[in-house]
Amino acid sequence: MTINPRDRWVLDRPNSYIGRSVPRPNAKRLLEGRGNFVDDVVLPRMLHVVFVRSPYAHARIVSIDVEAAQDCPGVVAVVTGKQLAEHHSPWVGTLQHLKGIISPPQYALAIDQACWQGEAVAAILAQSREQGEDAIDSVIVDWEELPVVADPETALDPDSPRIHESLENNLCWERNFAAGDVDQAFAKADVVVEEEFSVGRHTGVTLEPRSIVADYQPGEEKLTVYQSTQAPHMMQNVFAKHLGLNEGDVRVITKDVGGSFGIKVHVYADEFAAVALSRMFRRPIKFIADRLESFVTDIHARDHIVKARLAVSNDGAIEALEFDDLTGIGPYSMYPRTSGIEANQIVNLTGGAYQIENYKAKTQVVFQNKGVMCQYRAVGHPVACLIAEGLLDYAAREINMDPVAIRRKNLFPDDAYPCKSITGMSFENLSHHQSLDKLIEMMGYDQLREEQETYRKQGIYRGIGLASFIEVTNPSPMFYGVGGAAISAQDGCTLRLDAKGNVFCATGVTEQGQGTEAVIAQIVATSVGVPMENVRVVTGDTEVTPYGGGTWASRGCGIAGEAAAQAGHVLRDNILDVAGIMLQTESTGLDIQNGKIVDGADGTERTTLDEVARVAYYRPDTFPEDFQSELMVTRHYVPRDYPFAFTNGVQASYLEVDIETGFIRLLKHWCVEDCGTVINPQLVDEQIRGGIVQGLGGALFEHCIYSEDGQLINGTMADYLVPMAAEIPDIECAHVVSMTNSSELGAKGAGEAGTAGAPAAVMNALNDALSPFGAKLATLPFTPQRVLEALGTG
Amino acid sequence: MNNNTELLEGDVEINLTVNGEQIVERVPVRRNLVDFLRINLGLTGSHVGCEHGVCGACTVRLDDQIIRGCLTLAVQADGKRVDTIEGLSDDGTLKDLQAVFHERNALQCGFCTPGILLTAAEMLQQQPNVDREQIREYLSGNYCRCTGYHAIIDAIESVAKARRQESSNDN
Repeated sequence: MTINPRDRWVLDRPNSYIGRSVPRPNAKRLLEGRGNFVDDVVLPRMLHVVFVRSPYAHARIVSIDVEAAQDCPGVVAVVTGKQLAEHHSPWVGTLQHLKGIISPPQYALAIDQACWQGEAVAAILAQSREQGEDAIDSVIVDWEELPVVADPETALDPDSPRIHESLENNLCWERNFAAGDVDQAFAKADVVVEEEFSVGRHTGVTLEPRSIVADYQPGEEKLTVYQSTQAPHMMQNVFAKHLGLNEGDVRVITKDVGGSFGIKVHVYADEFAAVALSRMFRRPIKFIADRLESFVTDIHARDHIVKARLAVSNDGAIEALEFDDLTGIGPYSMYPRTSGIEANQIVNLTGGAYQIENYKAKTQVVFQNKGVMCQYRAVGHPVACLIAEGLLDYAAREINMDPVAIRRKNLFPDDAYPCKSITGMSFENLSHHQSLDKLIEMMGYDQLREEQETYRKQGIYRGIGLASFIEVTNPSPMFYGVGGAAISAQDGCTLRLDAKGNVFCATGVTEQGQGTEAVIAQIVATSVGVPMENVRVVTGDTEVTPYGGGTWASRGCGIAGEAAAQAGHVLRDNILDVAGIMLQTESTGLDIQNGKIVDGADGTERTTLDEVARVAYYRPDTFPEDFQSELMVTRHYVPRDYPFAFTNGVQASYLEVDIETGFIRLLKHWCVEDCGTVINPQLVDEQIRGGIVQGLGGALFEHCIYSEDGQLINGTMADYLVPMAAEIPDIECAHVVSMTNSSELGAKGAGEAGTAGAPAAVMNALNDALSPFGAKLATLPFTPQRVLEALGTG
Repeated sequence: MNNNTELLEGDVEINLTVNGEQIVERVPVRRNLVDFLRINLGLTGSHVGCEHGVCGACTVRLDDQIIRGCLTLAVQADGKRVDTIEGLSDDGTLKDLQAVFHERNALQCGFCTPGILLTAAEMLQQQPNVDREQIREYLSGNYCRCTGYHAIIDAIESVAKARRQESSNDN
């Protein structure tokens, strides 16, 4: 569907909720502590499962003695990997469109060898979690330690130990891409800058840990799973497929989710084990990861080492970009999305804001004996942004050009669209220059530069850093579906006019606090023509909602929102058909405004929705014989014109470095972004802010630190630093609106833009602050120690 | 088995007031207060985020002071008064904070929110003239992954101003 801009009927309705900062209806109960998170679910006959986890990064399981543990108080059973394997099939985290990607089969519990510290090798079912935990030390595992592959840089050495005997080496996947004549461009270039960027491993630290309650009913052979997940329908498929159940007999219910950010969109072995155990023991099983388990079992992200170089001419034009990326993903590629997507994104997206004619990229994804790594908020974007934005600032410094000027020189012009990046990414409608102009004005760039100079003379070192970015949103089946994954790119919305004139709405996307339910209600209310308080939205139940992909890749608003808008049109038409018969007039002359049936020409009230519903449901005998009212409708939507709806934006960071201690104080952060139509400005801004702070965490604090033998040595919240209120500055947001013509609504996503650009903005500000010393940093997180080392005083 | 182990594994009866209700329960000595509230009393508004005193999701009031529910044993609440998000919502203590948090969207997933509200309420009681920087400092023991804190600071600052305005009107 390509929309003619004048056909955006939904944006031009009376009493529209589009563009209004309406508070989220579902937030009130959360404010009163009346949420419904998975750990709040208690079922009759429920047992708790806790796991015996490998203390070693790589070890053979010689034997497991469960006898003593089985006698512990409250323990119902102890199950080993070998036993559980009889009750499920393994999975393999590969996709056909990532050519050549391999991964070994993974089981719910390790069978012969543990491949990372924290991998579950046995499960204890107990009456209470405490009793289960008490019994862990009574499970005697005879371990034979194996050589550990920790460092990605040596994982591919011919003499490196192999993690999996079934594989030739530790290479999971490799991709090479080249366009133009890179070698010649570098040879001829006026200026070449280079850097080795190192982006540390960090993780999501959702405040609600991963949580699941599985309830298998043997009588009906029906499985109900309460899960804190982003993708209920995907999980329904996974549970059915690997337990050998009919998919129709599996129901996944997802109520409140305490943060996800990409952590809760993957298949975790321990969660799957809880589900398999529920079937095996024919009773409800609860698994709630504790925080220490979360650190070693939640997916980690990033962990990239990128050797990169950029060629520019003396006038600042980019001549060529080349990089070589290496990433370690733990011992398995995650299922079903694979752990190759982040690397793939880095190849696809680096420099995507700029006109580049010569480009060469290589990425290698290697197995290692560390925690599993996979897609986390802004997958690949922060790394892509660090490479391009970091090198661009190096080049600007080299040719004595302002960072704003060099960006203006190279950004795709605002009238260039539609166009493609050097890697073939299709851009429908972006606004890099308009966004940059707006940012410069909002932050008072020139004044800040003066202020910086004044402070510098006083021995106070402040820096200003910019980062332009693009963001992948509204993904089509090109993301996963074409690779063979049972992951839906389309989404749906069901609407029903209820007997008292209220509108029931069920959507395939899920709510984890970003405001899905509010935004969908705003769109439905607008599209049908009713007050928002008369719309009740239900999410997160595979038995109730239309089939959909859930929440990932910034798809909720643009995809499920469009389905909601379209469903609203049809319900409105169907309501007006009934009203037309009741009022003995042409339905085309009627409208629904603010919950009333009105005359379309002059807005006078003709009847109420309540009355339409009453007649349709209780007195349909009054209708003509050939008329049947249809007051429940469903519409689906999938983007077709473009593989992704790219958005764009630019961020700026202003910070101060204490050159004595190496401490960085963030003073202010700005973001201008363009997600097309903004349904709820406040919610979009809060997505941007939350995303930025997640990016700031990775830039300054967060790091999963491993020892050489693959032990995570800072896996507690006291040791792993997350951004807390005191370290974070105020964040100012603004928007440019370039709608997508692939939908009537014109909305793109906004969930990951903040995280995409924040680390690069901070890095550039830091290096700007340290420029008088000729010092620069490209290893994240930027700890005080690293700052001092860069200054030569550490 | 020595006495310490017996104490660790034993149950004792505790008598306390929770949200104004008199509670008499036998609890394992080792059970922490937040587990007691959630498991024994079904008060699931207080959340378990880290179980080692860092994240603040389990914040509840013990007598008149906020404490970490994961670092306090249920038996330590014997003879005392405990107030949780449920009780402080029902009695209206948090009403203005909750209204402004809602309006300003100072919460996303809501998992940290009960702890943040209890911390904010205590801060405003102790420091009515609090400014943004002080709010950030006071909240530095409450982890929120979703919001980036800005909206939370806005909301608390706005309630502080409104209360000051109200109290100057009262004078």
